[in-house]
Amino acid sequence: MSILKVENLSKSFGGIHANQDISFEVQSGEILGVIGPNGAGKSTLFDLITGFTKPDQGSVIFEGKNIFGFRPDKISNLGVGRTFQKLKPFADQTLLENVMIGAFSKESNQKVARDKALEIIEFVQLLEKRHHYAKELSTGQRKRLELARALATDPKLLLMDEVTGGVDQKTIPGLVELVKKLRERGVTVITIEHNINIIMDISNHVLALDQGKKIAFGIPKEIQNNQKVIDAYLGTIDAA
Amino acid sequence: MQAVVTGLLMGLIYALIASGLSLIFGLMEIVNFAHGEHLMLAMFTSFWLWALLGLDPIVSIPITILVLALCGIVTHYFLIRYILKAKMLVQICATFGLAVFIRSLAQFLWTPDFRNISKPMLEGRIEISGIFIGQPQFTAAIVCLFAFIGLYWFVTKTETGLALQATSQDRQAAEILGVPSNKMFALGWGLGLGCVAIAGSMMSSYFYIFPDVGINFSLFAFVAVALGGFGSILGCLYAGIIIGLVESLGGLLIDPSFKLLYVFAIYLLVVIFKPQGIFGRY
Amino acid sequence: MSDLKIAQSEPLFNSNKKMTYLVLGFFAFLILLPALGPTKFFLHLMIMIFMHAVISQSWNIIGGFSGQISLGHGAFFGIGAYATSFFYVEYGLTPWIGILIGIIVCAIVAILIGIPMLRLSGHYFAIATLLIGISFQIIFQRWDLVGAASGLWVPLTSEDSLYAIQFHSSKVPYYYLFLIFFTIIFFITWLISRSKLGYRLRAVRDDAQAAQSLGIDVAKHKIIAFAISAMMMSPMGSLFAQYILIVDPDRMFNFEISIIALLITVLGGIGYVWGPLVGTLILIPLAEYARIFFGGTGGAVDLMVYGIVLMFICIFKPSGIISFLPNHILHREKMR
Repeated sequence: MSILKVENLSKSFGGIHANQDISFEVQSGEILGVIGPNGAGKSTLFDLITGFTKPDQGSVIFEGKNIFGFRPDKISNLGVGRTFQKLKPFADQTLLENVMIGAFSKESNQKVARDKALEIIEFVQLLEKRHHYAKELSTGQRKRLELARALATDPKLLLMDEVTGGVDQKTIPGLVELVKKLRERGVTVITIEHNINIIMDISNHVLALDQGKKIAFGIPKEIQNNQKVIDAYLGTIDAA
Repeated sequence: MQAVVTGLLMGLIYALIASGLSLIFGLMEIVNFAHGEHLMLAMFTSFWLWALLGLDPIVSIPITILVLALCGIVTHYFLIRYILKAKMLVQICATFGLAVFIRSLAQFLWTPDFRNISKPMLEGRIEISGIFIGQPQFTAAIVCLFAFIGLYWFVTKTETGLALQATSQDRQAAEILGVPSNKMFALGWGLGLGCVAIAGSMMSSYFYIFPDVGINFSLFAFVAVALGGFGSILGCLYAGIIIGLVESLGGLLIDPSFKLLYVFAIYLLVVIFKPQGIFGRY
Repeated sequence: MSDLKIAQSEPLFNSNKKMTYLVLGFFAFLILLPALGPTKFFLHLMIMIFMHAVISQSWNIIGGFSGQISLGHGAFFGIGAYATSFFYVEYGLTPWIGILIGIIVCAIVAILIGIPMLRLSGHYFAIATLLIGISFQIIFQRWDLVGAASGLWVPLTSEDSLYAIQFHSSKVPYYYLFLIFFTIIFFITWLISRSKLGYRLRAVRDDAQAAQSLGIDVAKHKIIAFAISAMMMSPMGSLFAQYILIVDPDRMFNFEISIIALLITVLGGIGYVWGPLVGTLILIPLAEYARIFFGGTGGAVDLMVYGIVLMFICIFKPSGIISFLPNHILHREKMR
């Protein structure tokens, strides 16, 4: 059974159709890449799935359960984690504390939560920075902080919004490796990415959006050669 | 019917005061908790100009506006500048502290006694089909209405006004387009206080003047801005009138000593059921 | 051992022997203080310090730990004061039970206010608390059942009475009463600060959306914090009523209480367990001595000073005086 099924999801803000009639399925244990030019509605899609925005219509079914209209914290507790495109670390708290707050979603015992947080911090390779304040960390480190924090909630499905955005070149391979390792841990991942190479490298399937609509869905090889996708990114010559 | 008219007139004054508040919030995202205190200062300024120089409040409006403008510059320079970028918590505490300071300064300098201007230029009542309207109240309301219209016209029709709106909607975008934020903030702050200066001067003809007089007006202004929608000047007009009517009719129909509570009740209702207010953006 | 194992075997809390002894010694000193023969004024000062420290700590829970500014916290103080006095005057019920009633009522009021209001953004909530605070004063000024504007007239017992919590021969019993509550409430705050609840509250304060994405029910946590905060405030009103034995709306629902709670916490260090105490130790002795020197006009002058201090702190040191301490001392209590 698919871990996530999205059907006819739509959302408009005033006159802007951020998401129009989007449907797709995600299999358990896979990595789904989401691509599309800026403004295509990718982040809105995430907001709809994680409950931060209420869809106008459509349904979101997670593990067989319709989560339409659920509050974000309830959805998180069901097993859906996310990171944000615009990073939201708890700036005045340390890395360890940030991740612990994530751990507290499933653990009540402080020591257990702390140890679990440490384990995940080691997974994202930031152990030596655990007592540093979030505001002291570099962008790449903050991305890992958010990833660790979300991971600490033991999600079955993790939505990552642009993990490599704004990160310098040499840090990227490390992050990509982390995402692949997530699959090994049994976490299903949906990731928004601008870097097409990365998406093609790590994804089992790719969902392409443009102007709020789904324009393609399939394995990376198909998407790469999909004319609609190419057009969306390059734009037609007349429009330029 | 009498109550309706009284409420309407008072409402226009509330509307102007609230517009000032709304302007400041829309521009700088700072809720000026000291708004009522500035109103009180305006009233006291009118009073002292009358008591010491014999100037009628109507005549001294320009001077009062100048005095308030000066106060505005001082507070902006010493306080507001620093908290523009601070956390909301800090901003609230800062303007709240300002309010407390101005209020107690007034109490210290001028004692808590009630003052009032006797024999102002405007006095007496006019009668329109059986309803008595005090001349000062009527004139005050009309002046406030005109001031409001003036403000509205300025903000929506003039170039500077549009620049002001641009800054309030998206500061960065406006700056890129060449609109200097700092000047806009100072302007907004000044206009906001200008509203209060006019309202205060007009009211000093007939209202009792004392250090705590600003508190109620502050609160009503908050309610008005919340009701009309933070950031909407037109909303303030409708909201101000509604508040004036509720205060007056509530006092008439239920119990005058609980007038404040009726207005507060509006706030609670609005905020629970329609948080953006009538025209709000937030 | 791997780095991870080393990290996981570190103790959860920095238990620093020096710090622990310091705090214990401090409390031991407070317990023994009356034996050193202090003056009545000094005892009064200490009582005021305890009371204001708790009032501010109560505000700290909602303002500092959860990040919601309340400008009408004095309402809970007043409720606590009237709870003990009313039931004693009308029914002869011992104020000890009155204190409990006050706490329960305040919790209920906080929850009733919190449910609709805490969903709102900070500004709306602050204004709402301001309105509610003033509303309480207006209501109690006109409510005949509790004596309206003249308040409740509490009959004085002829002798010191533990039952009626009235002590006329000396301030020492009051001192211990306030000390006990001070200790309990600061202890509870300390526990909350290092507990799962404390961590989640701080998350809500720092970034509500991120907190939600981590499974935290933001609204529920804010209401919990508000209720706890109200429950801490109430006993102070109750005890104060027993201390001065004059209970009227002007004293008990005085706006100054709300201002001071906020001011002391912001001054001392918002969000820190000891912040309120630091603020109290700076402000209250000054206020009490100023009251002696300025006498009549003292009323307006101390408010003026409060306003100035508040503005100053907001401009120059918004995190409070306590943040002058170096980070490693400041955050000693955090989990590692």
